[in-house]
Amino acid sequence: MATVPQQENHSYLGAPYGLAAWLLTKDHKRIAILYLISITIFFAVGGMFAAGIRLELTTPQGDLWSPDMYNKLFTLHGVVMIFFFLIPSIPAVLGNFMLPIMIGAKDLAFPRINLLSWYIYVVGAIITLAAVFAGGLDTGWTFYTPYSSISSETAVTTAALGVFVTGFSSILTGLNFIVTVHRMRAPGMTWFRLPLFVWAQYATSLVMILGTPVIAITVLLVAAERALHLGIFDPKLGGDPVLFQHLFWFYSHPAVYIMILPGMGVMSELVAAVSRKQVFGYGFVAFSSLAIAILGFLVWGHHLFVSSQSIYAGLVFSIITMLVAVPSAVKTFNWAATMYKGSVTWESPTYWVLGFMGLFTIGGLTGLFLATMGLDIHLTDTYFVVAHFHYIMVGGAIMAYMGGLHFYWPKMTGKMFSEAGAKASAILVFVGFNFTFFPQFLLGYLGMPRRYHAYPAEPIWQVLNVLSSAGASILALGYLLPAFYFTYSLFKGKAAPANPWGATGLEWQVPSPPPTFNFDEDPVVNEPAYHYKPRHEVHVNG
Amino acid sequence: MAMEMDILYLFITAVSAFFVVLVAALTLIFAIKYRRRHPDEVGADIHGSLVLELTWTFIPFVLSMVMFVWGADLFYRLARPPADSMDMFVVGKQWMWKVQHPAGVREINQMHVPIGRNVRIFLGSEDVLHDYSIPAFRVKMDAVPGKITTMWFKATQAGTYHIFCAEYCGTKHSGMIGEVIAMEPQDYEAWLAGGRSTGTAVENGERLFSTLSCNTCHKPDSTGRGPSLHGVFGSTVQLADGRKVVADENYLRESIMNSQAKVVQGFQPIMPAFQGMVSEENLMQLIAYIKTLKPAAPADAVKK
Repeated sequence: MATVPQQENHSYLGAPYGLAAWLLTKDHKRIAILYLISITIFFAVGGMFAAGIRLELTTPQGDLWSPDMYNKLFTLHGVVMIFFFLIPSIPAVLGNFMLPIMIGAKDLAFPRINLLSWYIYVVGAIITLAAVFAGGLDTGWTFYTPYSSISSETAVTTAALGVFVTGFSSILTGLNFIVTVHRMRAPGMTWFRLPLFVWAQYATSLVMILGTPVIAITVLLVAAERALHLGIFDPKLGGDPVLFQHLFWFYSHPAVYIMILPGMGVMSELVAAVSRKQVFGYGFVAFSSLAIAILGFLVWGHHLFVSSQSIYAGLVFSIITMLVAVPSAVKTFNWAATMYKGSVTWESPTYWVLGFMGLFTIGGLTGLFLATMGLDIHLTDTYFVVAHFHYIMVGGAIMAYMGGLHFYWPKMTGKMFSEAGAKASAILVFVGFNFTFFPQFLLGYLGMPRRYHAYPAEPIWQVLNVLSSAGASILALGYLLPAFYFTYSLFKGKAAPANPWGATGLEWQVPSPPPTFNFDEDPVVNEPAYHYKPRHEVHVNG
Repeated sequence: MAMEMDILYLFITAVSAFFVVLVAALTLIFAIKYRRRHPDEVGADIHGSLVLELTWTFIPFVLSMVMFVWGADLFYRLARPPADSMDMFVVGKQWMWKVQHPAGVREINQMHVPIGRNVRIFLGSEDVLHDYSIPAFRVKMDAVPGKITTMWFKATQAGTYHIFCAEYCGTKHSGMIGEVIAMEPQDYEAWLAGGRSTGTAVENGERLFSTLSCNTCHKPDSTGRGPSLHGVFGSTVQLADGRKVVADENYLRESIMNSQAKVVQGFQPIMPAFQGMVSEENLMQLIAYIKTLKPAAPADAVKK
C-alpha cells in the first residue's frame, strides 16, 4: 500500500472564494472545474444543433430549415462537438484533475501554462461563436477545399481562426502532461506502476503536440487562399484540392485517437476498480495505447480512397488501418478478462463500463468495413460512416467520459450523487444511442449520403430516420438527467468518503475533495497499480 | 461487382457479429457470475497470460489481413475500367450533373445506359468537389476540380436507380441528385436515336481543336511550334526539365489548362494557358479527340 500520511482536510474548493480566485487559479483541480463548466456548455450547444438535424430528417422533404440553415447546423454540430467538447473533454477535465494526483504530484509541471491553455480555449471558443453569429459556417467540420476557400459565403475565415487558436490549448495541455509524467512522479512511482489512465494521457499528449500544429497550419492556408487568393488548394489558382485532404486528415485522423485514447484510459481505471482486480495484461494495455498513437499517424489516407488518391497509396493506408484493429482488440479482450474472477460491483460506474464495452466494440468493428478498400467505395460518404464514428466518439469516448465523471465525481466535489439516477442515465444513454445510430448503418448501406438536407421519399428510408430521431430524444434525456442529480448532489448530496468505490491508487487516499496541494507530505509508492489485497482471505473470488 | 461487394460485406458483418456477441457475452457473464457478494471482497490475483495475449493479437491480425486482401483486390478491379467499355462523360457543377453519351446525346441529372455493357465514366467538376455515387451499382467516385477521374460499372437489370452527389458541395448538395435509367440495348439505341445529338465527343473535340486554333501549332507532322499530338496519348513524353511522364488524360488536361506546368523537351513554353477559357465538357471533348489521333508516320515518334 502506498503511504500517504494522515492530513487535515483543507479542500481545494474552500477559501479563497470569489470569481477572481477561480479565474486566476493555478490549481490544476480548479482549472479542471473551469474546463468542466465550459465543455458542458458546449456539449449542450452541440447537442441542440444535433436536435435541429434530427428534427429535419424525420421527413424526407427539407421542410423545417432552409438548405443553408441545415448545412450550418451539421457543420456547427461537428465543429463544436469535436473541437470544443470531445478533444478537451477527458484530458482537460479528468486528466487535469486526476493525473497529478495519480502520480503523486502537487500540481502539473507548469501551472500557469495550464491556466493559459484554458484561456486560449475560451478565446478560441469566443472567436468561433463570433463566426456563428457573423454568418455561420457551412463547410462541414472538414473544411474541404475548394468549397471552403472559394465557394462558401459564410464566416470561414473567422471560424478557421477560432480552430487555429483553440489548437494551442491542446498543444499546451499535451506539453504539460508529458513534462509532468516525466518529471513529477512521486518516489517509487515507476513507469510500470503508472495507472493506465496516465499511460493513455501520455500517448494522447504525444498525438496532440505532434498533430495539432498541422491542422493549425492547414486552416491558416485555407484562410490565406480565401482572403489573399494564394493558390494552394484551388486548381484555378494552380492549387490541389486533394492536398488539403491529406493535410487535414494528417491531423484529424490522429484527432480521433485524441478523443478515444483517453476514454480507453478511463476504461482501464474503471474496469479495474469495479472488478477490484489488477488490469489483465497491464503491459499489453499500456503499449497498445502507444501503438494506437503511432499507427494513428499513418492511416490518414483511408479517408481518401475515392478522392483520386493513387491506388498504391490507398493499399498502404488500408493495411496500416487494419493493423490499428489489433491493439484495439487487445485492449477490449484485456478489459473483459479483467472482470474474470473479479469482484464486480453493480454500482453505477459498472453500467457505463458495460455500455462502453458494447458500443465501442461495435464502433471498432464497423471501422473494418471502411478500412476494407473495395467496400469503402460503397460506404464512404454515407450514413454508415456517420454511424461508425458516432459509435466510437459518442458510444466510446463520451460513454467513457460519463463513466469517468461519475467515478471521479465524489473525489472532485466531495459529494455522492444519486445511484438510481446514474443507473437510469446510463441505461437511457445506451438504449437511446443504439436507437439513434444503429439505423444509420442500414441507411448507409442503402446508400443515403451524409449531409443531406432532404432525401428520397422511400418508405424504409423515412422509417429508419424516424427511428433515429426518436432514439435521439431518448439519448438527450439520458444526457440531461445527470445535470439534475449532479447539481442536486452539490447541495444535498451525502459527503463522499476518501475512497467511496474501494479502489486503489493515490487519488483514493487523499481526502474528497483533495486539499489544494493534494498531498501534505510527499507520498511514496512501493507497489504496482491496481494491487488489490484481500482484507479477509475468504472473500477472494476464485 | 455489386454481388461481390455484398458477399464481402456479409463476411465482415458475420465476423463483427461474432465478436460483438463474444465480448458482450464475456463481460455480462463475468459481471454477473463474479458479482461482489461482500463489501470487502476483492478479485483474484491474476496478472495476465502471454498465451491469451498472443491469441487475441494473432486472430484479429489474421482476420484483418483477410479483409485487407479481399477488399484490395475488389478495389483494384473497380479502379481499372475494362478496355471494351463505352465512354460516358459526366461533369458536376453546383448543383447538377451534365452527362454526354459517346454518340453525342446530352442529358442533365439522368443517365441512360444499356444493360450488359461496361460503362466507363470520365468525371470532372466545374467548381468544387462533388461525388458521383450510384449506390445500387455499389460505385462512387469524387469529381475533383482540376482533374479527370474515372469509374466504371455494368448495369445488369433494367430499371431506374438513384444518382447522388456524395461529397458535400454547398446549399443544394442534397438536390444534386438524378437517376440512372438502365435499358435493354435495343431500347437504349432507340432512345439514343430519339435524342438530339450535337455531334459525338470526338467530333466536337475536333471542331474545338480548330476553333481554339490548337491546330495552328500542333500540326500532324511536327513542323509546328508545338509538338505533334498524333500518337501522344499513352506515350512517354520527355519533358524539358528532364522528367518523363506518361501522357494520360490528366497530363493532356494539365497541358491545356496550365500549359507551362510540363513543357515538352525541344519546344518553347509559348502556349497560352486555357484555364478559364475551356469548360470541363469541352476539355473532355478535346481530350477524346486527341486520344483518337494516331501516329501519322514513324518519323513523328522521334519528337515525342
